[in-house]
Amino acid sequence: MSNGVSNSNVAAIADNDTRLSMYRCALRIRMVEQEIVDRYSEQEMRCPTHICIGQEGAPTGVSAHLKRDDAVFSAHRSHGHYLAKNADLKEMIAEIYGRETGCARGKGGSQHLIDLDAGFMGSAPILASTISVGVGYAWAAKQRGEDKIVVIYFGDGATEEGAFHEAMNFAGVFKLPVLFVCENNLYSVHSKMDIRQPEGRRVCDVGAAHGVAGSIGDGNNIDTVWEMAGKAIAEIRAGGGPQILEFMTYRWKEHCGPNEDLNLNYRSQEEFDAWVEKDPVAVYEECLRAEGVLSDEALTTYRTEIADEVSQAFDFAKNSPFPPTDQLFDFVYPAAKGAAK
Amino acid sequence: MSDRIITFMEALREAQASCLREDPSVYLMGLGVPGPTGIFGTTKGLVDEFGDERVRDMPSSEGGMTGVALGTAINGMRPVMVHMRVDFAVLSMETIVNQAAKWHYMYGGKMTAPMAFRMIIGRGWGQGPQHSQSLQAWFAHIPGLKVVMPSTPRDAKGMLIAAIEDDAPVVVVEHRWLYGIKGHVPEEHYSESLEGSRVMREGKDVTLAGLSYMTLECLRAAEMLETIGIDAEVLDLRSLTPIDGPGIARSVKKTGHFVVADTANSTFGAAAEASAIAVEYAFDSLKKAPARIGLPWTPTPTSPSLADKFYPRAIDIAREAARMLGGDVDRLEDTPMVTPWHDVPDPTYTGPY
Ligand SMILES: Cc1ncc(C[n+]2csc(CCOP(=O)(O)OP(=O)(O)O)c2C)c(N)n1
Ligand SMILES: [Mg+2]
Repeated sequence: MSNGVSNSNVAAIADNDTRLSMYRCALRIRMVEQEIVDRYSEQEMRCPTHICIGQEGAPTGVSAHLKRDDAVFSAHRSHGHYLAKNADLKEMIAEIYGRETGCARGKGGSQHLIDLDAGFMGSAPILASTISVGVGYAWAAKQRGEDKIVVIYFGDGATEEGAFHEAMNFAGVFKLPVLFVCENNLYSVHSKMDIRQPEGRRVCDVGAAHGVAGSIGDGNNIDTVWEMAGKAIAEIRAGGGPQILEFMTYRWKEHCGPNEDLNLNYRSQEEFDAWVEKDPVAVYEECLRAEGVLSDEALTTYRTEIADEVSQAFDFAKNSPFPPTDQLFDFVYPAAKGAAK
Repeated sequence: MSDRIITFMEALREAQASCLREDPSVYLMGLGVPGPTGIFGTTKGLVDEFGDERVRDMPSSEGGMTGVALGTAINGMRPVMVHMRVDFAVLSMETIVNQAAKWHYMYGGKMTAPMAFRMIIGRGWGQGPQHSQSLQAWFAHIPGLKVVMPSTPRDAKGMLIAAIEDDAPVVVVEHRWLYGIKGHVPEEHYSESLEGSRVMREGKDVTLAGLSYMTLECLRAAEMLETIGIDAEVLDLRSLTPIDGPGIARSVKKTGHFVVADTANSTFGAAAEASAIAVEYAFDSLKKAPARIGLPWTPTPTSPSLADKFYPRAIDIAREAARMLGGDVDRLEDTPMVTPWHDVPDPTYTGPY
């Protein structure tokens, strides 16, 4: 295992309650994803599903600074972003099961999670598309005098789309309250960075040219993420304009679906093993235990509580009805104003 | 006819390999094209034979990269751009529609843009609103673009080769549910016309015209109709530019009835165009108004319970035809369910066709 016993090199450290709740948050994302992985072969989750195991660090550390009112946008690999924002677990699982009780009533599936009450404004898999939507949401929030910030998550691949650059430019022009969060997991499906982006340029460096301050850090170290996000978010709340944070991390499972994919040989066993050593959940657990912050009892309690919650969510999903056929035609257009539904 | 039987997917791969071999100016480009899974197998291994300069990956920049490909096309190269889903090609609409389609015309014939675009469509397994659209009509609406939709392995190879060798930009729309279909495919380099329909089955009572995967559903529907004494002719429309008026007229003059099945929304789609063409070319022969089979006016739902009803199948085509002819609709039998939902390819469709 890692030697990261203490995070004493992180400049500012959260208080112990915050660190414990971040640990619990990361563990919960891991346990939910693992349950999806374990059950996917039952063939009841019949939609493309992108698993975020290995990438729990960024949403955990970022969300610790967010208020319920703050808005989050995401893309295809959205489960962690959704859960870290305290969006509804039952509705997420039901959505993946295609049930009427799902967060999008079965219309969207895993790639289209939403929970407006929790400030999770939507996720969509067309690369970079939600980046500009998030910027527009922030622009309106600013014009309407709303006291909130917007966090937009995306992968390294999405930063190659024009929409990313155009949206950052605009956010820079109007100093919008946006935190762009790039989870750089080194791959776009099976393609490495070297054929996609100029050598030596970091994603966060693109921000500067658009008036968007940027920095990069270890996305698998939850204390690091917490510190970087805390600083950026405080500055954004104070009216300092948009920022971009690039978090280095790694996807453990295949691009889409529950399986391992080392057999495809686009990444090496050594690379994979090195990142598994940096498991954001296990490393944080070890760190908090070594510092005496996380006790055995607390750990057992977290595990039992989460396991219960997860199994209830799956029961809820599996016992929920499928949307009846006539709902196919619901929501193509909003109901006419004044019409009874 | 060739004795060799291969899949639609293998036929596509052969077409590309053959063009790469024949013409050094041809290259393939798209997200994951040289990757280990090779665009559902259709480009798998090509990088080993032809190298990564001719079998290229690219940044996820569909818009800009289409312009880059156009730039290479006007400078002596023949790009084949591959989009794993047509929904991603939407990001390149500007360059395809405003630029590539028009460079030959708007410069008075001084420039050509020989480009082929492989765009994959599909259905099933909860692909949902943004991963399962059938946008062929968008492209077919643009003068200067050619749009084809092969439905047999032989056409898959021959039409893709023709598309790559054509001097105009050609959009080849491939249905993923066809990839496993087997059929006779010649080993040599050959091309099939980018125009014209093909009679897949002779019949005298009703013309069932299909596009892409729906041609197979039409063939299945014809078998169902046979059980209630209706003799259906099946036409594979193959190309949208243009929809084959003479071919449709020839068939409708015989049958007097026209049902057309598209993979897309019926509204403003290829099925609407085909119906209009049937009326224009064969008005006097039609005994009933043409019927369109296509997707209902909704985005694709993800839940299998909704998608199940969203996608028309053979039985829907057969019922429509039976109603049109006053046949015994109730006696038509649907294919037995082999999976809990109709969201995987019908396993009876293994060809050969
Ligand atoms: C416009 C567009 N092109 C291609 C795709 C197919 N696609 C889905 S996810 C993905 C990889 C994206 O990589 P990245 O943004 O780094 O996210 P990651 O999957 O690594 O989390 C691609 C190419 C898409 N969804 N949208
Ligand atoms: Mg990535």
